[in-house]
Amino acid sequence: MIFFRLKKEPLLLFILLLIFSSVAILKADDEAEEGEHHERGGKSEEVYKLNNRSSVVPVINQKFKSECTSCHMLYQPSLLPAKSWTKMMGNLKQHFGENAELDPAVQKEITNYLVKNSSNRFSSNQDVIRISETTYFKRKHDELSPSVFKRKGIGSAANCIACHSGAEKNDFSEENVRIPKETAGKIKK
Amino acid sequence: MRILKIIKFITTITFISLTLSQISEASEAILKELAKEARTADIKFVQFSASTGEKLFRTERIHSNGEKISCMTCHTADPKKEGLTRANKVIKPMAASINPNRFTDMEKVQKWFKRNCNDVQERICTPQEKGDFVKYMMSIK
Ligand code: HEC
Ligand code: HEC
Ligand code: HEC
Repeated sequence: MIFFRLKKEPLLLFILLLIFSSVAILKADDEAEEGEHHERGGKSEEVYKLNNRSSVVPVINQKFKSECTSCHMLYQPSLLPAKSWTKMMGNLKQHFGENAELDPAVQKEITNYLVKNSSNRFSSNQDVIRISETTYFKRKHDELSPSVFKRKGIGSAANCIACHSGAEKNDFSEENVRIPKETAGKIKK
Repeated sequence: MRILKIIKFITTITFISLTLSQISEASEAILKELAKEARTADIKFVQFSASTGEKLFRTERIHSNGEKISCMTCHTADPKKEGLTRANKVIKPMAASINPNRFTDMEKVQKWFKRNCNDVQERICTPQEKGDFVKYMMSIK
């Protein structure tokens, strides 16, 4: 409804945009600071946290991009701890029911990249290889009934990008969450 | 002014068709390489057949895990349409007429034949089967 009215008020829209963008800039500043606090450390709340607040997304390794994004979205390395990546990359022949085997040199390059940019904020569940099975993930999604993930436009909890349009850039912010409706058709990339 | 526009238009069209013909040359080259592979594997090899390729694409079988599977499971029954992976990502159409980037990189072609034939047939595909399949995908108008 609000958007409907806004359409008729370009000036108002412009002002709102101005406000939003300044808020966004301020928030980004906050987050940068928050990052520094983390390093000094140790709030128990942070134990489960993924590196999802980091405003700096590491440069995407090209081999990783070409080999690991044809079957699903791009999962940022910071979504799992190093141990999980090593375990997953050690068994690509049986990768969630599919064969994602790579030649050894490529596999090594991708593993190194993932480990180097992995999350360092996990202290538990280090054997979990699904992001969607980490304690952090479950806590952040505990209001969603499991049937929501099975909707046609989503498929499974692994399909972050169906709800978080910025997922491939590590953006899981509240503003960018939209849960597809039951009737939604095929998902776009 | 007008003549400039026309020249610009013609250059663009020439450029586009040149790129397209280069791409289709690349997929012809892949068919040639597969033919070489087929001849090495079987001295009786004659040629590839689009209709046998279509059969491979459409044949459903029961996987040892009990599920019905075929190439159509992910690529859909119409190669001109977009498919969907098990993890719900869109797969671009397989028909070369719709998606000219198909079958232009031998490494990619071989990698996916290995994966998908194992996935569907639970064995690798023969060079004959691979060539038939590519020929079918290139023949769809
Ligand atoms: C042949 C297809 C294929 C390829 C290639 C592939 N994956 Fe996957 N991957 C899958 C499937 C299928 C799933 C399970 C998705 C689901 O549960 O909906 C999955 C799941 C995952 C998950 C877990 C998501 C979650 O939290 O539930 C991660 C992480 C992952 N893949 C990483 C990778 C990496 C890294 C590579 C490259 C080395 C890769 N994948 C290549 C098919 C593939
Ligand atoms: C069915 C839709 C859906 C899917 C699929 C989904 N999420 Fe979420 N996610 C949500 C909702 C809703 C929230 C809560 C939004 C809020 O209140 O901040 C959320 C919150 C989050 C948050 C917390 C954001 C914050 O700032 O507190 C993170 C991180 C997150 N999701 C990551 C993921 C990852 C990683 C995946 C894929 C492995 C994923 N999500 C898949 C719907 C989804
Ligand atoms: C489980 C899902 C799935 C099944 C089943 C499947 N494919 Fe695929 N196929 C894919 C994906 C994903 C890609 C790569 C995505 C892309 O290139 O857009 C692909 C790509 C290919 C390619 C590479 C095309 C190119 O661009 O060079 C060939 C060849 C291929 N598939 C053949 C087959 C054959 C033959 C079958 C049946 C025996 C089959 N596929 C069944 C998912 C599947």
